[in-house]
Amino acid sequence: MIRLERVTKTYKTSSRPALDRVSVNVEKGEFVFLIGPSGSGKSTFLRLLLREDVPTRGSIFVSDMDVAKLPRRRVPKLRQRIGCVFQDFRLLPNKTVGENVAFALEVIGKSSGTIRKVVPEVLDLVGLGGKAERLPHELSGGEQQRVAIARAFVNRPLVLLADEPTGNLDPDTSQDIMLLLERINRTGTTVVMATHDHSIVDSMRRRVVELDMGQVVRDEVRGVYGVGR
Amino acid sequence: MRADFVTREVFTGLRRNVTMTIAMVLTTAISLGLVGTGLLAVRTIDRTEQLYSDRVEVQVALTADVSAADTDCSQPVCQGLRTTLENSPLVDSVRFESQQQAYERYLELFEGQALADVVRPQSLPATLRVRLADQEAGSAAVVQAMTGQVGVRNIIDQRDVVAKLFDFLGGVRNVTFALALVQAVAALLLISNTVQVSAYTRRTEVGVMRLVGATRWYTQLPFLIEAVVTGVVGALIASAGLLAGKFLFIDQLLSGIVSNGVVPPIELSDVVWVSPILVMIGAGVAAVTGYVTLRLYVRL
Repeated sequence: MIRLERVTKTYKTSSRPALDRVSVNVEKGEFVFLIGPSGSGKSTFLRLLLREDVPTRGSIFVSDMDVAKLPRRRVPKLRQRIGCVFQDFRLLPNKTVGENVAFALEVIGKSSGTIRKVVPEVLDLVGLGGKAERLPHELSGGEQQRVAIARAFVNRPLVLLADEPTGNLDPDTSQDIMLLLERINRTGTTVVMATHDHSIVDSMRRRVVELDMGQVVRDEVRGVYGVGR
Repeated sequence: MRADFVTREVFTGLRRNVTMTIAMVLTTAISLGLVGTGLLAVRTIDRTEQLYSDRVEVQVALTADVSAADTDCSQPVCQGLRTTLENSPLVDSVRFESQQQAYERYLELFEGQALADVVRPQSLPATLRVRLADQEAGSAAVVQAMTGQVGVRNIIDQRDVVAKLFDFLGGVRNVTFALALVQAVAALLLISNTVQVSAYTRRTEVGVMRLVGATRWYTQLPFLIEAVVTGVVGALIASAGLLAGKFLFIDQLLSGIVSNGVVPPIELSDVVWVSPILVMIGAGVAAVTGYVTLRLYVRL
């Protein structure tokens, strides 16, 4: 589903590459933690998958698309297959929960009939069934992240990228969010989650890819965050 | 493309920057109003030129002795001059006006005025009135051919008089176009600035749109349409302003010389002719400015 082949990314402002000959293969339906200290290249990894940036060398495949060589006009197609969740939720503050989720479908041209049908379904899935009319600031952090996940998932992407999705949440709420991501993973969606959260990685026992100084230093099928960290 | 989505985004955007939107509309309106005035001036100049081109003559005034002796241009001096003129390819026709005819016309012109009583037929010259086939080269040729000829007193080119009128109209046109240009620069900068502000205030939305895979059209079209809407509204206000100007101001100002046939009137149809041009200019300029701004200054 996701394949990186000797991907190197160098930024002009830095002498050390942000990613250094990274090769990773993620199968369809996998759940992968991407861990590593700040500046290890996790964000660059995710940005390259989204084609926010192109690699300096190497190639990246998402589904059947050659991401690095994708012409500009095809980039939206790629992004429609990838859902995204962030630490800071990125909800639109003046739109209700339902409108926030619907927005993601409107802007890719889905019909209002589809939207009316799909939005309540996905809100039920994330456990916000009765809260479609609320505004984001009326919700707790965990609930806001659920809205963000609903928005990322509503178009049924093949891949869900989560960049520190629990970074702003307390441990209990984080657990709930992880359960939700697991549920989404069980629908067959590949999940890649960048995180610093030891306890989550340790408790989930999923595949762990660790980056350090832009290189893959560990790739374990059932990993923990790391001994002595 | 979902029209309802784009429409909603456009109106939210316009409402959110309402002061900026108003400034943009007004500046555009003034600029386009001046362009419209300039276009109307050009049209009036064209009309006036047409109006005069069939009327303007070069008058070759004959000396007093010839004028007095010859009442129908049958004598050699006058006939010679007439033949010379008629043989020129630049001349359309030549009409002879005798002293008596000139006197009658004079009485008609100054009827009821003291001047009419002062003049006697003898004090007016007989003239050869030359209509030109070639408006540009004709008068110079006539002046050259007649100057210094026996029997010629002087030559009056009526176009010299009319030229002052054209100079005035041309001046009006140039001034309005110059002002329009200055205003247009202000309008362009305002449009560009508004698009940037608009894009900045909506950066979260645009960020989300990019992430979920909205195409360039979806992310940029609302900004472009916003600019075009203000351009078109500005053009409509400008057209309304021209109409108001015509009925409230120009019609009264020009009523005297228009009814005398000195200058053709500015018709309602002229303003109607100008309006769609202004709308097209307004929409086109706004769209191009918006697009260039999005391309150069806004990362969407």
